[in-house]
Amino acid sequence: MTVLEKVEQEQCKKDLPEMNPGDTVRVHVKIKEGDKERIQIFEGTLIRLRRGGSHSTFTVRKISFGHGVERIFPLHSPLIEKIEVTRSGRVRRAKLYYLRGLKGKAARLREARSDQEG
Amino acid sequence: MVNAILGKKIGMTQMFQANGDLVPATVLKAGPCVVIQRKRADKDGYEAVQLALVEVPGPKRVTKAMEGHFKRAGANPARFLREVRLTPDGTDVKVGDKVLVDEFKVGEYVDAIGISKGHGFAGFHKRHHFGGGAASHGSMFHRAPGSIGASAFPSRVLKGMLAAGHMGVQRVTVRNLRVLKVLAEDHTLIVEGSVPGAEGSYLVIRKAKAVSRQAAHGA
Repeated sequence: MTVLEKVEQEQCKKDLPEMNPGDTVRVHVKIKEGDKERIQIFEGTLIRLRRGGSHSTFTVRKISFGHGVERIFPLHSPLIEKIEVTRSGRVRRAKLYYLRGLKGKAARLREARSDQEG
Repeated sequence: MVNAILGKKIGMTQMFQANGDLVPATVLKAGPCVVIQRKRADKDGYEAVQLALVEVPGPKRVTKAMEGHFKRAGANPARFLREVRLTPDGTDVKVGDKVLVDEFKVGEYVDAIGISKGHGFAGFHKRHHFGGGAASHGSMFHRAPGSIGASAFPSRVLKGMLAAGHMGVQRVTVRNLRVLKVLAEDHTLIVEGSVPGAEGSYLVIRKAKAVSRQAAHGA
């Protein structure tokens, strides 16, 4: 293993849950207000996973007060306290950008069956 | 002590800071170095050391003259040799001494000196950041330099006029790079930002000569 790979591997978190596009996730984000720190939860559908070792990111989409909101998180960021997977949706593609064009009932995802992934 | 070390660019990546910032980082092989020659004020007119970067495997062929030079220092032949000035208070260095990366501490600032990447014969845009003309809308002026001076007077191009030409392969110093990490057992130094040259090119890494106000403020 090269030193570069070693440095990148050191940055990676080891306790991440298994998650896939279509899952509903709760991201616990550390937020600093003045000198106080608190946890804010961003809950929504995982629409994109960009894998790239320590550079990995994921995108979570939710509907907030009628507006679609997407947030891109660096997967291994120290600001992410933890990620919970609350529900797994059955999807047939890796990037769920088509959800951006849908709303309401149409934007729902069917629950993934336990015997098949994704 | 010697306040510089020889190194090699390994590659770039990014690193998380404790506050969540993701900063660009360059991974450098730094040292181990051996003092090959000691230059003294009374004999050579200045206080310096010649360092050699220890690499395995070393150079395949060494000239007889260089072989003797390394032999005198009791060191194995090396590919990269550079002279480094000593500070007035740190002159107790002998030939054969080792310089290791643990001279550097996290949070310190360093300067990186290397040879920049070659760009060949580069045009104005790349070499001098000229704007150039519009690409479309019937513009017939794209990447040309434009006017390079007046006509009858002075009837010549003024000296120092920026022009297209060879770019890169020059000695470049990048100042005030923050040390993000020191991996002593791997002889590796990680600094914030970029350093001159391609991956695998050699560098001199020295403690920052003049820590800028901006850099000092960030520390």
